Amino acid sequence: MKAVAAITGALALAFAATPALAQSTLDAVKAKGFVQCGVNTALAGFSQPDSRGVWKGLDVDMCRAVAATVFGDATKVRYTPLTAQQRFTALQSGEIDLLARNTTWTISRDTSLGLNFVGVNYYDGQGFMVPKKLNVKSARELKGATVCVQPGTTTELNLADYFRANNMTFKPVVIEKLEEVTNAYFSGRCDVYTTDVSGLVSTRGSRAPNPADHVILPEVISKEPLGPVVRHGDDKWFDIVKWTLMAMLEAEELGLTAANIDKALADKNPAVQRFVGATGDLGKMLGVDNRWAFNIVKQVGNYAESFDANLKPLGFERGLNALWTKGGLMYPIPLR
Amino acid sequence: MRFSPRDARFRALLYQVLALAAVVGVLAYLVTNTIANLEARKIASGFAFLSREAGFEIGETSFISYGAADNYARALLVGLANTFRVALIGVVAATVIGTFIGFARLSSNWLVAKLSSAYIEVIRNVPLLVQLFFWYAIISENLPGPRQALSPVSGVFLSNRGFAVPVIEWHAAYQWVLAAFVLALLVAWRISAWARARQARTGQQFHAFWTGLGIVVALPLLAFIAIGAPFRLIVPELAGFNFSGGATLTPEFAALLIGLVAYTAAFIAEIVRAGILSVHRGQTEAASALGLRPSFVLRLVILPQALRVIVPPLTSQYLNLTKNSSLAVAIGYPDIVSIANTAINQTGQAIEGIGIIMAVYLTISLSISAFMNWYNKRIALVER
Repeated sequence: MKAVAAITGALALAFAATPALAQSTLDAVKAKGFVQCGVNTALAGFSQPDSRGVWKGLDVDMCRAVAATVFGDATKVRYTPLTAQQRFTALQSGEIDLLARNTTWTISRDTSLGLNFVGVNYYDGQGFMVPKKLNVKSARELKGATVCVQPGTTTELNLADYFRANNMTFKPVVIEKLEEVTNAYFSGRCDVYTTDVSGLVSTRGSRAPNPADHVILPEVISKEPLGPVVRHGDDKWFDIVKWTLMAMLEAEELGLTAANIDKALADKNPAVQRFVGATGDLGKMLGVDNRWAFNIVKQVGNYAESFDANLKPLGFERGLNALWTKGGLMYPIPLR
Repeated sequence: MRFSPRDARFRALLYQVLALAAVVGVLAYLVTNTIANLEARKIASGFAFLSREAGFEIGETSFISYGAADNYARALLVGLANTFRVALIGVVAATVIGTFIGFARLSSNWLVAKLSSAYIEVIRNVPLLVQLFFWYAIISENLPGPRQALSPVSGVFLSNRGFAVPVIEWHAAYQWVLAAFVLALLVAWRISAWARARQARTGQQFHAFWTGLGIVVALPLLAFIAIGAPFRLIVPELAGFNFSGGATLTPEFAALLIGLVAYTAAFIAEIVRAGILSVHRGQTEAASALGLRPSFVLRLVILPQALRVIVPPLTSQYLNLTKNSSLAVAIGYPDIVSIANTAINQTGQAIEGIGIIMAVYLTISLSISAFMNWYNKRIALVER
C-alpha cells in the first residue's frame, strides 16, 4: 500500500550509509547498467504499458532519452510505477534515479522536498470533468458538488483554493489509486473529476465507457508545469537530465527527426554539426558520449515526434506545448 | 557473585548488558544516520509543519469542524477522530454480531448452525481488502444517483452519495433532558447496588434491571414533556448536486464499517464458541439439576466461566479491527493514515508522518489492551 513507499523511504534514509550518497548518480547508474525511472502507474499518453507490457508515453520517452544520453541505448531503462503519494519518497530515498511522472513544479517541492525540477516537458493546467447529463456549463456552477481527486497532489490543494476563492463548498472523495478514483467518478460516486487537463483528456479517452458522455469545463484553474525531477545536490546528473530534455526540443527546432538524423551527420549547418557531435564537444562537457544528442533523436525522436506518437491519438493539441517559434512556450536553451 | 565468566550469574548479567548495548548502539546509529542523510539530501525535518495551513479539504469530519484554512495538526486530529469513530462503532457492532453468530453456530437448529458455519468460513478466508472493495463497489455501483435516490421511508434517502436521514434539531432546553438521563443512570446504578447488597444479606430478589430501565426511560421522557416537548426534524433535501440537511452516512464509511464488522465478527464468533465449549457439560447439567432456569444457567454459570477464555483473544480482535481500519485509504475514507499520507506528500516529511501514525496506533492499541486487561482481571477466577 501507499504507506509502504513512505516506510521504505524512511528506512532507506535510516539504513543507507551516508558515504554512499557521495557517489554521483551518474556513476551509480553506469555501474548498474540502467536508469531506474519513476513513472505514473497508468496514464495513457504519458506512461502506460501497452498490450505487450512495453511502456509508452511522453514521460516514458523522457526516461528513454536519458538512457540514450548515458548509455547510447534507449532500452536501458527500468520503470517503477508510482502513485502520486509514493513518488517523492521514492526519489528522495534513491529508489529511482529520475522521476518522470507528470509532476507539477512548485517552489515548495523544489526546496523543502530536497528535489530539483529540470524543466518542463508539458505545460498543463487543472480542469474539471463532469457528466454531460448534469448540464453544467461552468466550474462556477459546481457549488455543493462531490469531487473525486487524488491525494497528495497540487490538484487537491488547487481544488480547495478555487472553491474557497469563489465562496463555494464541496465534498472531496479522496482515493489514491488512479484506477479507483476514476472508477468512483464513472460509477457516479462523484459529480466531478478534477486533475490536470491532460489527465482529464487521457482518462476520458482511455477509460470512459462512452467518452462523449463527459465534458471538460472551460475553466482552467491553475498553472501546472509538469517536468522531470531529480534529487537535489547532484549537479552533474541534474545537467544530464536537463540537457536531454533540451536536446529533444532543440531537435524539433532544427527539424531533426529519427528518420533524417543519419543524413544530418553530413549537414553543413554548424548548429546541426554541434548537435550530432560531429564538431565541438558538448557531450564531453556533460560527461557522456559526444553523440548523445544524435542517439536521443535516433532512438527516441524529437519532442514533436514523441508528442505526436503518444498524445495526438488521444485528442491532444500542441497548444502551449508548441515551440516558441510557433506560438507555444517550449523554448530550448541554446546547445552550444 | 564473582567477576568471572565461570560464574553463571555473572555470565547472565554480562550477556544482558551486551544485548542492551547492541540495541542502544543500533538505535543510535539509525538516528544519527537518518539525521545526517536528511541533511545531506536537503530534506526539511521537524514538526514545524504541523502549524502550517493544510490547504486541502477533508470529505467527512466527525466531532471536529475543519476547513482548508486550518493547519495540519487539526487535519490530523480530524483523521484521528474518524479512526476513532469507525473503530468504536466497529468494536461494539462486531462484538454483538460475533456473539450472536457464535451462539448460532452452536444452535441445535441444523439450518442456523450450518448458515453461521458457512458465514464464518467464507468471511474469515477472504482478505479484508478484497471485502472492502466488494462492499464499496456494491454501494457505489448499485445505488442510483442523488436525483433518483431511493426513498424507502419519507425523509430517508438512499443513493450513491450515502444514506441521508433526518435529524432532530437541537433545542436549548434539551440539556435538561440530558441531565435527567444522567441522573436516571445514577439512580439505576444505586438501586442495583442496593439490590445486590440486599440479596447477599437476606436472599430476597429485586427486579433491579427492569426498575432501572424504567427509570432511565421515564425520567428523560418526563423532563422532555416538562419542557414543553419542542420537537422539529431536519429532513434532508436535494439541493443542487447533493442532499443538504439531516445526517449522511457516506458510502466510504459504510463500506469500511460493514467490511470491518463482518470480518471481525467472524473471528469473534469462533472465540465465543470456543469459550462456551470450554465450559464442561457437567456444569450445565449441575445447574439445571439445582433448578435454575436456562437463562440463569447461561448468565450465572456458563458465561462467567466462558468469559475468562473469551476475553484475552477478544482483546486481540479489537486491536485487529482498529489497526485494520487503516485499510480505509484504499476506498477513500479519511482516517488518520489517509490524512497523514496526504500531509507527508504535501510536506515531504515522511519520517515525521510515519512517526505520527505509529504513535497514534501504538497509543490506541495500548489503551485498548490496558482496558481489556483491567476487565480480564475483574472477571478472572478469584481463588480462595
